[in-house]
Amino acid sequence: MHLDRPLTVVLAEDDALLREGLVTLLERFGHRVAAAVRDAPALRAAVRDLTPDALVTDVRMPPDMTDDGLRAAVELRAEHPGLPVLVLSQYVQHTYAAELLNSGDGRAVGYLLKDRVGNAREFAEALVRVAGGGTVVDPEVVRQLLRRRENPLQRLTQREREVLELMAQGKTNAAISRGLFVTEAAVAKHIGGIFLKLDLTPGGDDHRRVLAVLAYLYSQGSD
Amino acid sequence: MDVSPANAWEAMSQPPLRLLRTSWPWRSFGYAMSGALIGALLLGLLTLVVVAVTTTAPYLIVMLVLFLVYVSRPVARFERRRLRLVDFDPAQAGYRRADADSLTGRLAARFIDPATWRELAYAVLFGSALWGVDLVAGLILAGLPMLCLTSVAWVWFTDETWLLALLLFPVGVVLLGAGGLMACAYAGARTMITRALIAPQPSGLQRRVQELTSSRARLVAAFEAERRRIERDLHDGAQQRITALTMALGLAQLDLPEDGPAAAQVAKAQELAGLAMTEIRGLIHGIHPQVLTDRGLAAAVEDLAARSPIPVDVDVSLPGRLPQPVETAAYFVVSEALANVAKHSNASRGCLRARHEAGVLTVRVRDDGTGGADLAAGTGLTGLADRIAVLEGTLELTSPPGGPTALTVEIPCTSTGP
Repeated sequence: MHLDRPLTVVLAEDDALLREGLVTLLERFGHRVAAAVRDAPALRAAVRDLTPDALVTDVRMPPDMTDDGLRAAVELRAEHPGLPVLVLSQYVQHTYAAELLNSGDGRAVGYLLKDRVGNAREFAEALVRVAGGGTVVDPEVVRQLLRRRENPLQRLTQREREVLELMAQGKTNAAISRGLFVTEAAVAKHIGGIFLKLDLTPGGDDHRRVLAVLAYLYSQGSD
Repeated sequence: MDVSPANAWEAMSQPPLRLLRTSWPWRSFGYAMSGALIGALLLGLLTLVVVAVTTTAPYLIVMLVLFLVYVSRPVARFERRRLRLVDFDPAQAGYRRADADSLTGRLAARFIDPATWRELAYAVLFGSALWGVDLVAGLILAGLPMLCLTSVAWVWFTDETWLLALLLFPVGVVLLGAGGLMACAYAGARTMITRALIAPQPSGLQRRVQELTSSRARLVAAFEAERRRIERDLHDGAQQRITALTMALGLAQLDLPEDGPAAAQVAKAQELAGLAMTEIRGLIHGIHPQVLTDRGLAAAVEDLAARSPIPVDVDVSLPGRLPQPVETAAYFVVSEALANVAKHSNASRGCLRARHEAGVLTVRVRDDGTGGADLAAGTGLTGLADRIAVLEGTLELTSPPGGPTALTVEIPCTSTGP
């Protein structure tokens, strides 16, 4: 899942100061920023011309100053299936995260609050996870979803919910077991419980992991 | 400053020679002559109907009044439109609004509305006398000069002398000029009659109510624009700056020895910046949530329900988007209502329902709490009721002691495509 090679990244952020900072940060971790653009049309053009390994984008940007960046990302993922996209957002908004996860099969996408750029190492790791096909959803967004009631996720035990929250961040079983101080076997058991309670039939485990995360986002959005 | 005149009277304040070079005299002639034509047609129609009824079925004479009432309204509407030839000020019919939207309600409103009878009076006056006046005015003011100007032509066909023709031509020129000026005066007077009957100026009090209503709507719009500006400034300014700050601190951390005292200080600063970001994000969301702008009312209120500490059943079906002021007002009502449910109701669950049917947005928030809520008790709902009123909507709260509490908002509006 983890990549060792440096990534070629297209970056879209309308604030000049943040754009520069993000370029510095990405280069600091050995990645190459092929293009750093400030609006959605330039973002589309850059991805089409440069076919980067990953796209890092803001949500709100010109020309409309609404969710232009997010819409461009969803479109680009339809055009380039599997294009890894990491969205940096100022909004704790499961609607946006769900739209992103719904593009493609929910793999190789990330929705992080901009606050996370403060922890440079974790941010860089999240990008590598997304580029490697993983799914990253900001814990704050996951928490917002878990606060919702009348939701299949309510059937989960406290521990199962914690496991799912870590899964949604794209962590492996090994990483989850370290994070929760339990054995990997226990984690596997909890994940089995989650799949059962969310009515996810056996199949490729990786696929069910993504579906479990999607279940967060869709359990309420569809009612 | 050159202000173009709004009607024929005002046009006449210009020097006569300049006025004659404008289109006012021609439009005034046109107004008189079209009035003559339409009035004559109206007379023909009315005569036909009256003769038909009285000769074949005299007992239908009562129906005749009804017919006249119903015919006078389109006539009045047409006449208000025709006013624009020589009078650019808006002409309002000033009908009373029906209290009940039923057939009898509308009928009753129609027959007690003085506007109905003024329009009837105008139609009768127009069809009987006014069109004749229009015709005579048009013939004298335009026809006489034309007769003189074309004297050369008719001298040709008669035995009159060329001298007469040569004398008449300059007389025609003078008459045409005078006729143009008088036509403006005539049109000015004629529009006053029309206005008095079918487009009455609102009284002082009515005008004041109109002014207050529109100034209140402007205030609300300005208030909303200001909120959006503040939201934008916070998002583009403070929020981005703090994000950049936390990023700079993050980069600094990379270069510091991990267990040194500086790393601890930077981590502390990082944490404080994080708190500031969380706070400013909440603040921005409270001022104007981005999801409301981007995804509309349905997504935004579902989001509110999701954030509520008390479970809320959501039943929202709103295809398309509603006008922005409606979405904003409805959103803040739901926000306030759900906050009240959480704070005061002792409810164990709430229910949010929203529909847009028959041109009315209906939003209802209910809870199974202890009731006793009061609009006047200084909740934020009073201010919201004012905002709903600006949109000609209503806000209703029922909350008997012991519960349940239900808050219903209805706002008339049209939905635009999805």
